Amino acid sequence: MESLLYLTELQGLRVYDLKRRMIGRVKDAAIVPLIDSIRVDRYLIGGDPAWFTIRYDQVETISLKGIYLREETLTPYHRDEYMLRVARDLLDQQIIDAHGRKVVRVTDVTFEKRRDNGSDVLCVLEVDVGLRSVFRRVVQGLMPPRWIRKLQSRIPPNSIRWEFCNILEPDPQRRLRLNISNQLLENMHPADLADIVEELSPDDREAIFAAIDSEVAADALSEIDPDIQASILESLETEKAAEILDEMSPDEAADVLAELEDETSAEILEEMETEPESEVRELMEFEEDTAGGMMTTEYVALHENATIADAIAGIRGHEELVENLNVVFLVDADEKLVGAVPVARLFLGNTSDKLKAHTYDTLIQAPVDEHRDRVTELFDKYNVLTLPVVDEEGKLAGVITADDVISVLRNR
Amino acid sequence: MITPLRWLRNLRAHILIFFSVIGPGFITAMVDNDAGGIFTYSQAGARWGYLPLWTLAPITVLLIVTQEMCSRMGAVTGKGLSDLIREEFGLRTTFIMMAALVAANLTNVMANFAGIASSLELFHISRFISVPIGALAVWLLIVKGSYERVEKIFLFATGLYVCYIISGILVKPDWKEAALYSVKPVLLLEPAYISMLIGMVGTSVAPWMQFYLQAAVVEKGIGEKDYAESRIEVVVGCIVMTVIAFFIIVSCAGAIGATHPRDINDAADAALALKPFGKYAFLLFAGGLFNASLFAACILPLSTAYTVCEGLGFESGVNARFREAPIFYGIFTLLIVVGGGVILLPNFPLVKMILVSQVINGMLLPVVLIFMVLLINKEAIMKHWTNSRGYNMVAWVSVVVLVGLTLALVGISIKDIMP
Repeated sequence: MESLLYLTELQGLRVYDLKRRMIGRVKDAAIVPLIDSIRVDRYLIGGDPAWFTIRYDQVETISLKGIYLREETLTPYHRDEYMLRVARDLLDQQIIDAHGRKVVRVTDVTFEKRRDNGSDVLCVLEVDVGLRSVFRRVVQGLMPPRWIRKLQSRIPPNSIRWEFCNILEPDPQRRLRLNISNQLLENMHPADLADIVEELSPDDREAIFAAIDSEVAADALSEIDPDIQASILESLETEKAAEILDEMSPDEAADVLAELEDETSAEILEEMETEPESEVRELMEFEEDTAGGMMTTEYVALHENATIADAIAGIRGHEELVENLNVVFLVDADEKLVGAVPVARLFLGNTSDKLKAHTYDTLIQAPVDEHRDRVTELFDKYNVLTLPVVDEEGKLAGVITADDVISVLRNR
Repeated sequence: MITPLRWLRNLRAHILIFFSVIGPGFITAMVDNDAGGIFTYSQAGARWGYLPLWTLAPITVLLIVTQEMCSRMGAVTGKGLSDLIREEFGLRTTFIMMAALVAANLTNVMANFAGIASSLELFHISRFISVPIGALAVWLLIVKGSYERVEKIFLFATGLYVCYIISGILVKPDWKEAALYSVKPVLLLEPAYISMLIGMVGTSVAPWMQFYLQAAVVEKGIGEKDYAESRIEVVVGCIVMTVIAFFIIVSCAGAIGATHPRDINDAADAALALKPFGKYAFLLFAGGLFNASLFAACILPLSTAYTVCEGLGFESGVNARFREAPIFYGIFTLLIVVGGGVILLPNFPLVKMILVSQVINGMLLPVVLIFMVLLINKEAIMKHWTNSRGYNMVAWVSVVVLVGLTLALVGISIKDIMP
């Protein structure tokens, strides 16, 4: 265990020069992520009148007894935007634990001591949260470190490996300088990312959405509480907001835009790409609590005389819909809805079969102005996963899927 | 130009937002009228009649100033007060404050379980029945409920405070005197009168309120945009709280203070004195005490557990499971079990414990208030929402007044604890 050192122990450690004279105490340690994402690059030493720094390769040994140097050139400390200062920037601040998928507050940091080119080098191993590290912080400096280590061993540890930690930094310039990657967040399930974002402060939230990939942002945004959705979009640059909305399904984009103030939503619509924009505009015409307000315009519709082969070709042309696709629809020459075929039935017939032969016996549909409560009733009564919505002339206008209904029921 | 239609639509939007932000300010202010508060006001009215009414106006101002700052910090930063204190003042400071908060709130919880016991004893229900059932009900409500539902129940409980208004009217107090002394400050140079004034003002702002209010604002998702409405909610909540306090004082002044002033033993004692004024005056006063005690017995443990876990970085929240947030539920359960349990012990020195609680509260409050004003003036946290210079003057004066009176209260309490 001697190879581990806590930040609480590092802070206040004495630093000795070649003649074994004490020259100061450690105040902080800094990582320069652009050079090395885990190695402590500089030690900040408190001195009179100003702080100075030593580089990692000037160190001979580090232990609880102190830091012994092998090369004693001291550099005055001046602010360096490329430095991540462990005590100042991490301690007591919030970070995202991408592995445990939650927001945590850093109580202590554990370093691992490695031997490199005749120097003891500290590398960040874990970020500590929980009772054990709270104990360490509270008694820090009140008793010898060895006692603290002995006493704390009775408390179960709770730490997060450094590679799963995502630092929060609202300033986009500094995000770049500190080389903060968005990879961890983008790899998370959008629903988890949404939960995390809801817990953060508005500034951190906005910074994350401004930084991450628009597609991920779109997926996460549609899982977020409507009030927060609105405040995030309003804070983003119009262009970025439009980019995110382009990636969302039109019904969700319409819902989000409905939460915004008229002026802001008009500006964002202006920036959006033509195709999603016109669909979103159409959807925004409907009242929120009607079938029209619940539906999306993304569906697969084929001519009534189409065959199974046509249907398969049609689905291949809409790969973005595949995850939620349960039913393909048949329309006549006037675009009127005439039938619905469950996707699974496509596997039962021959590719040359007419789809007509495989439709549901009864066609369940709802008019665009049907009330939300009636729509949920239809889902319950007929056990459908997808419900087509038709306009006054019986033309297919959109579809409502079961997940929309679940959201409605949950929000009651 | 604003057309009337547009104006109406704007008004409607504002009212809708107001209702969507309602909750934190009201609940915090009303819980301030818990068993301890009701006793303080009842005692003031019973012993001094209408004389102390004038303190209510300054109390309202002090409450509004402190509560407004907390809700503003919550809305702007999206973080709780203990979070901000930890980020700015470090873990050790936070830890000590949290320890003091747990100790102070534990005795507050005791006082409120005592309130449950004594109010129901007026209806001949033994405390060995009322306290365990009350404790279990509180525990189940929080552990099994979601925050949205719990908040609705809390809001309903704030509505029940209307009991005091009705019982105040039933007592038929002398309204002319009540109106007169509400605006006419009376200072008697009697030690008992002065310590009563100190008690009234000193207990009006408690440390837990600041933590609870800010956390509730954050939990509700109130942001900078809804802050105008949220501020109104906080102010209205504080005013309603003093209106209730007014009616409590007036009831006791009319029933006891005006005819033969005396000291009362507890709030239930005051309810008994209302009996000659009809069954309903008594029932409502006693019922109000029960409601207030039960309500505070819910909020205080919840708020304490929440604040501590937030400040020290442990998993928290009503919506988390027991296994995910053991410390949160641990603190919560401990406060209820110990707070309710001691009431059942024979010869438990409750009055002494309440005095101790006032001492701890009194030591903690200055730190909390000073940190609050320091935090709210940091531009890095509050952006352009920092206090204006004028507001800062008001804030500092309020803090000085509160700290002074609270420390005086600490002195009085320590003198009372010593034999």
